[in-house]
Amino acid sequence: MSAINARGVSVAFDGTPILTDVDLDVRPGEVVALVGPNGAGKSTLLAVLAGDVEPTAGRVTIDDRDLGSYPARELARHRAVQLQKQGLAFGFRVSEVVRMGRTPWHRTDLEDDDDRIVVESMERADVVELADRLFPTLSGGEQARTSFARLLAQATPVLMLDEPTAALDIRHQESLLAVAREAAAAGAGVVVVLHDLSLAAAYADRICVLSHGAVRADGPPAEVLTAELLTEVYAHPVDVIEHDGNLLVVPVRVKGAVPWPAV
Amino acid sequence: MTATVVDRQRPVIRAVAGRVGLLGGLSAVLLVSLVFAAGHGQLDIPPSEVLGSVLHKIGLDLGPVPHHPQGENTLWQVRFPRVVMAALAGACLATAGALMQGVFGNPLAEPGIVGVSAGAAVAAATVIVFEWTFAGTWTIAICAFVGGLITTLLVYVTSRDGGRTEVVTLVLTGIAVTAMTTAALAFLMFLGDTQAREEIVFWTLGSLNGSRWEYVGVVFPMAVVGIAAAMVLAPKLDLLALGDRAARHVGVDVERLRLSTIVVVAVLTAAAVAFCGIISFIGLVVPHLIRMVAGPGHRLLVPASALGGAVLLVLADLWARTLVDYADLPIGMLTALIGGPFFFWLIRRARKTSGGWA
Repeated sequence: MSAINARGVSVAFDGTPILTDVDLDVRPGEVVALVGPNGAGKSTLLAVLAGDVEPTAGRVTIDDRDLGSYPARELARHRAVQLQKQGLAFGFRVSEVVRMGRTPWHRTDLEDDDDRIVVESMERADVVELADRLFPTLSGGEQARTSFARLLAQATPVLMLDEPTAALDIRHQESLLAVAREAAAAGAGVVVVLHDLSLAAAYADRICVLSHGAVRADGPPAEVLTAELLTEVYAHPVDVIEHDGNLLVVPVRVKGAVPWPAV
Repeated sequence: MTATVVDRQRPVIRAVAGRVGLLGGLSAVLLVSLVFAAGHGQLDIPPSEVLGSVLHKIGLDLGPVPHHPQGENTLWQVRFPRVVMAALAGACLATAGALMQGVFGNPLAEPGIVGVSAGAAVAAATVIVFEWTFAGTWTIAICAFVGGLITTLLVYVTSRDGGRTEVVTLVLTGIAVTAMTTAALAFLMFLGDTQAREEIVFWTLGSLNGSRWEYVGVVFPMAVVGIAAAMVLAPKLDLLALGDRAARHVGVDVERLRLSTIVVVAVLTAAAVAFCGIISFIGLVVPHLIRMVAGPGHRLLVPASALGGAVLLVLADLWARTLVDYADLPIGMLTALIGGPFFFWLIRRARKTSGGWA
């Protein structure tokens, strides 16, 4: 049994195919990284998994039930999503924003845990000292961490994150993915879109490489992250080296680049 | 252990106390304003006599009754229906404003600015010109509701893009909608006879002159239903601030919430416009002031806006009818006179903070 399954998913916007025949499984307890070049369809795939975009073909199930058959509130008890861009129309405080993640559990027995879970989530996302700040006044990285805390507060068995580390400094990149790993260890299925392949190699159980809207490779980091495959997919020479037991993915840089011709 | 529990509960207690304090305070101010406004005018009646008159009416022999021979009549025939109408219309407009701002995720949305009041007024003017009476006193209210609903949907459908409403798009949509309603009103004036024309002018200026208990009887149930529905929707509107997608991710059925909110906005706007005409900016100014004091949470914002709007319009109307002796200035003109510069200030501030609304 797996937390979330996508079978034969295709999406086209205005006739332009974005995803073609994508299969993806995320099992409880594992972290799956979605990687690929710009425009490969990573965010669209995440939107399909989250139930925001209806696939033109194929089906997505959570707990063996079609995504479309879930009412909004029930779906929110199964999966939480952190979007790439955070926005907030009004000046709510950070603690209030995190608490919004608890809404799917209102009027249930789990509501009693609200305060504890909100505090824990804020600790995990390292936003405790921001608690009383107004969300729109935060920096991009602080907003991303607040949204991460909101995602944790939702306490769902599936977590979906779209480039959560893009705006974060090294310390918070590492701690965010470490927390995602802990969530997986506690039984959650985690899907995370990442650009940093070394980061994906360090924290993901599986890496799914998307290219031109199709799955190019799907497997453990050591199998998927090869110089040949990445060089082809990213259309740029890439080296994969091992350092201290970690896989490092580095682009090959041309030494002594030709200067631009003077005008 | 106990200490931490107490620590954790303290903010909750403070929040509840703040809530009760703000709503209680506004209610008290509203009562004082009502008594004060009812006593003032061409015939001044002291507050004690106003109170006494009300208490006697409900069967309590307390306090003095108005000593002036016309006092009792003035109060019950003219002043009370007028101040009650002002309170109801103000509450409706401010609540509608708070709802619209929540549903558009934009603090500049207001029934007057986006032309929803104007749409309702066009419908009301149509009723006047064609002398429709299919539902008695309720005819105008029903048509104003339909007109308001159509314009709200129009503004909503045309000004949204990618789950957000840009300030510029919203204001431009407002200009377009206002242009259409102005044209429709002009056409109706052209069609109507002199008396209908006068009535339509009364609408566009907005006035509480001529409020009668009969009208209050129509507006009151609409206001109660509308504000009650607004209170039910309020907690979910907080989540809409996250944006459409994120709101859906935390379990909000966004489309349903938005459509129900639009219907409620149309009910509230229609209730206010039906007999009072276009009174703009109340829905913009009041929720904004409340947000500055109490934060953006809609659970408190909606009821506090209703009370604040009632207070503001009761006092504005008092001002409109006492500013110049023997003249009843159009209330819509006064609120626009004050609200216009306020709106200007808001836009300046919005530009400076680039969307960081506090």
